[in-house]
Amino acid sequence: MINAVLVMNTQGKPRLTKFYKQVPVEKQQEIIRAIYAVLSSRGENYCNFADASNISGSDNKLVYKHFATLYFIFVVDGAESELAILDLIQVFVETLDRIFKNVCELDIVYNFNKVHTVLDEIVMGGQVVETNSADVMKAVQDIFKLERAV
Amino acid sequence: MEQLKTIGRELALSSQVGWGSSKEFLDLVKAIGEAKSKAEEERIIIADIELLRKKIGEPDVPRRKMKEYIIRLVYVEMLGHDASFGYIHAVKMTHDDSLLLKRTGYLATTLFLNEDHSLIILIINTIQKDLRSDNYLVCCAALTAVCRLINEETIPAVLPQIVDLLSHQKEAVRKKAVMALDRFYQRSPSLVSHLIPEIRQKLCDRDPSVMSAALCALFDMITAESEPFKNLTGSLVSILKQVVEHRLPKLYDYHRTPAPFIQIKLLKILALLGSGDKHTSENMYNVLGQILTKGDPSTNIGNAILYECVSTLSAIYPNQKLLQHAAELTAKFLKSENHNSKYMGIDALGRLIKINPECAEDHQLAVIDCLEDPDDTLKRKTLDLLYKMTKSSNVDVIVDRMIGYMRTISDAHYKTDISSRIIELAERYAPSNHWFIQTMNQVFEFAGDLVPAKVAHDLMRLIAEGAGGEDEDADNQLRSSAVESYLQVLGEPKLPSVLLQVICWVLGEYGTADGSHSADYIIGKLCDVAEAHPGDNTVKGYAITAITKICAFEKGAGRKVGLTSECRSLIEELSTSHSTNLQQRAYELQALLGLNDETVATVMPMDASCEDIEVDKSLAFLNAFVKSALEKGARPYLSESERLSIGGITTLASSNNQNDLSHSLRFEAYERPQLPVPSLSSFQPTVVREFEDQRTTNNNLRATYAGHSTSMTDTQLVNTEAASLRLDGIQKKWGRPTYNNTPASSTSSADRGRSAAGNSPAEFSKDEPVESSLKSAVESRYVTSRKQRPEISEEKQKLAASLFGGTFPKSQSSSRSSGSTGKVSKSSHSRSQAPHIGANEQSAQMRSANSSTSIDKGHEKSLPVSQNLATPDLLDLGDGDSAGPSSDPFKQLEGLLEVPSTAMPSKPVIPQQVPDLLSLYESTPSSGSPSINLIG
Repeated sequence: MINAVLVMNTQGKPRLTKFYKQVPVEKQQEIIRAIYAVLSSRGENYCNFADASNISGSDNKLVYKHFATLYFIFVVDGAESELAILDLIQVFVETLDRIFKNVCELDIVYNFNKVHTVLDEIVMGGQVVETNSADVMKAVQDIFKLERAV
Repeated sequence: MEQLKTIGRELALSSQVGWGSSKEFLDLVKAIGEAKSKAEEERIIIADIELLRKKIGEPDVPRRKMKEYIIRLVYVEMLGHDASFGYIHAVKMTHDDSLLLKRTGYLATTLFLNEDHSLIILIINTIQKDLRSDNYLVCCAALTAVCRLINEETIPAVLPQIVDLLSHQKEAVRKKAVMALDRFYQRSPSLVSHLIPEIRQKLCDRDPSVMSAALCALFDMITAESEPFKNLTGSLVSILKQVVEHRLPKLYDYHRTPAPFIQIKLLKILALLGSGDKHTSENMYNVLGQILTKGDPSTNIGNAILYECVSTLSAIYPNQKLLQHAAELTAKFLKSENHNSKYMGIDALGRLIKINPECAEDHQLAVIDCLEDPDDTLKRKTLDLLYKMTKSSNVDVIVDRMIGYMRTISDAHYKTDISSRIIELAERYAPSNHWFIQTMNQVFEFAGDLVPAKVAHDLMRLIAEGAGGEDEDADNQLRSSAVESYLQVLGEPKLPSVLLQVICWVLGEYGTADGSHSADYIIGKLCDVAEAHPGDNTVKGYAITAITKICAFEKGAGRKVGLTSECRSLIEELSTSHSTNLQQRAYELQALLGLNDETVATVMPMDASCEDIEVDKSLAFLNAFVKSALEKGARPYLSESERLSIGGITTLASSNNQNDLSHSLRFEAYERPQLPVPSLSSFQPTVVREFEDQRTTNNNLRATYAGHSTSMTDTQLVNTEAASLRLDGIQKKWGRPTYNNTPASSTSSADRGRSAAGNSPAEFSKDEPVESSLKSAVESRYVTSRKQRPEISEEKQKLAASLFGGTFPKSQSSSRSSGSTGKVSKSSHSRSQAPHIGANEQSAQMRSANSSTSIDKGHEKSLPVSQNLATPDLLDLGDGDSAGPSSDPFKQLEGLLEVPSTAMPSKPVIPQQVPDLLSLYESTPSSGSPSINLIG
């Protein structure tokens, strides 16, 4: 399953954190720092995976993608396919891009509740529920429409 | 700085866009973004928290405003600050009728609260209501929250509503309801196990996304237990086939690959179902072959499916043709320029070599490339692969690589990990002992304090025991080379404590053995070690003991020991040390120097660390003393429980009572050997004096009683045990009032090493081991009593050796000099005790905390030994009085018998379920295929 989804910028500042298992706030910060330390030490054309068994538990892996000033990181256990998760990140980012029209770091900072809404449509309780960007868009827009109507 | 400016500019832009965020929040984010230091950032956030705390508590906060506050709280907590004062407001917000506010409330609570937070109880009611809402978006919001917030106790409260939602008209709701059930299953399988049929039915949902959610849930259930789901194989294979054949709506394509995530999930499930099951696997070959040929290796997702297919093939019952195909694919992965593909290739290769170890050989170069790659992930993955393909022919190369990698990393977690792997490989495949020692030295050097102490003890054991073969020369050579390498290693700065302990032990034991180094030289080195580590008492203890041993060997060989001034000052320093352990050792050394040469040779014979000593566990030698005490009017010993029940009786009196008891029960005393031990402390002061007179009688008595035992060791025991009683008693007084001997038991081997010497090589066998601390008067007495014994003991030993072969520990000394069986017995026996060999120093430390005089120490040591060693003898001889130990096998038998019976409760569940599932299954394919056809 997916244990956590994180978005942080290239300076290590968290922009979105979502943990699907119970993690105390202090430990969350520790994990964020440890992940940043790993990612910042990795070169540009390295593979998109990194071992995280020392960060969040045995057989855990980081699957991450670097977009402009942001890292999108999924912390997954051995039951997930790394390559598939990599494409899931792509779906997530594509969806954000459609919603915010050329998403940038600040969109995520200011609208992280919306980003959470998008993420909730894709990942639920640590499992992938939807992988189709168009479907996610539709669901999210339904919600936004209704929210605005109220 | 550049970055900050762009942020500032963009900020201006997006504040116009607004997105409904308030000015204050924007200002906060902006201020944090522009903060020049961590401290400034902290200051801003803390100020904001204070502001929020004040505002949020005001009465009648407008709802929109409250939403702002809560979002700011989430933000603040994301940055690592405590926002718990606002949790209650987030919970309140979930009650709101407005969807926007409700969703914000749910979002905040799921981020803030853990499932066992006390506020959860306030949300349950809202969740229940929302799950029944007409608005499907409200349902969805509640379902999302359920996944995070519901714990085992609250599952029943929402379960009925969620089951209802499984048939909701909106597929998004059905999908999320299935996911919620999956989450419940992870939490507590028993609570939702009755819903498995419903979840299986969802495989046939008319909407593929619901089916996909059901696959997630089934994956978890099949991971837990695959057997009840085997009958799904057909349906799953047909689903996979339809997906692969593009019969799902185009909507589910991703980069022109049909529903890749569903394919991957299905492949993972099939791998679980087909594992080790030929029949089930055969149903899959067709579709797997199809995937391999249709797969698109040009896209990332195509590779993901191909890789998954390879791992499925390597998990299920092997099919040579498909595996061949998989190997070709893996080769392509490995040759790819893309690092991700290489990573997957290495991983796939690791899976394939489990089935066919040869297939790695075609990819040697690719593997080496990955190993040299600067990418740490790839390197580590490759080392994993190498670890899997290690055999005795390549172990040196692979271990060398691993050590090289270990040298470069600093992360303690990985260092521990990789060092334990190196040790495992080295232990399993070491081409030679010399290589093993060298490798271990390197492991200690680079990962020193991360290595468990047991590894060090194993290494000392290996050096002490040698190869275990007949070739004593080779063993000596090994020891010499170990000594040489350690003398060399000592030159390096900053050695870890564990390695220093090994070095001290080896130098002490074998430093002067081959004659190439003078005692003064070795002692000088050991003094240097002790001086260089003033804070490490364990190392100092090892060092001083090693010096003691060398002095003893020198004296034993008739040479004069002249200590250098450096060494003298070390002894002086240690004898005033705060550590009683070090003091003890220093005094021991001094006492040893004062003894005559012969005695010293007995106390500390050369190379005797592997010898065993026998200890009279029953304390039978005390019987005469007890008898005379009773005759003088002492009361018999009572066990502690008896004493407690009587209450008023003094310890002294009651212990005497028991002595009487043990006298009359003497021939069965082995049954409960631990009972007399603690009580003896009470009459200790007299024991030492009176005991000497009665020793001889004791021995005779014991010899008649324990006809099998070697009398030579008896005498040693008499000697050491008399003393040990006292110490043990002291320990008991200070410790908990129980018979627990465990703290002392690990001390055994040290003494075994020294006192066992009586059994070892001919030159020493005439002498009895006498602890350095014993007074010479005592010694002479022993010598006389001992002289009657040797002939008997040798006979008995030979008999024992021929009777019990390799399993009889006592046969060692005689057979060692006479035949090969003894050698075998030595190695096999001492292997089982091995961890103690090195442990003695440390445990001695524990013990000596209790001892204040050197006599105490010598005595104290041996009792635990007796408890350790007596049992095997009893077992071997099958004496009638071995009731205690022999009850164990019966218990084991009982345990064996019980295993099936305890396992039963879980088993019946399956048969009971099967009809259920079967009936379901019958409905599954029939209703399943049409619905899937609908899809297509």
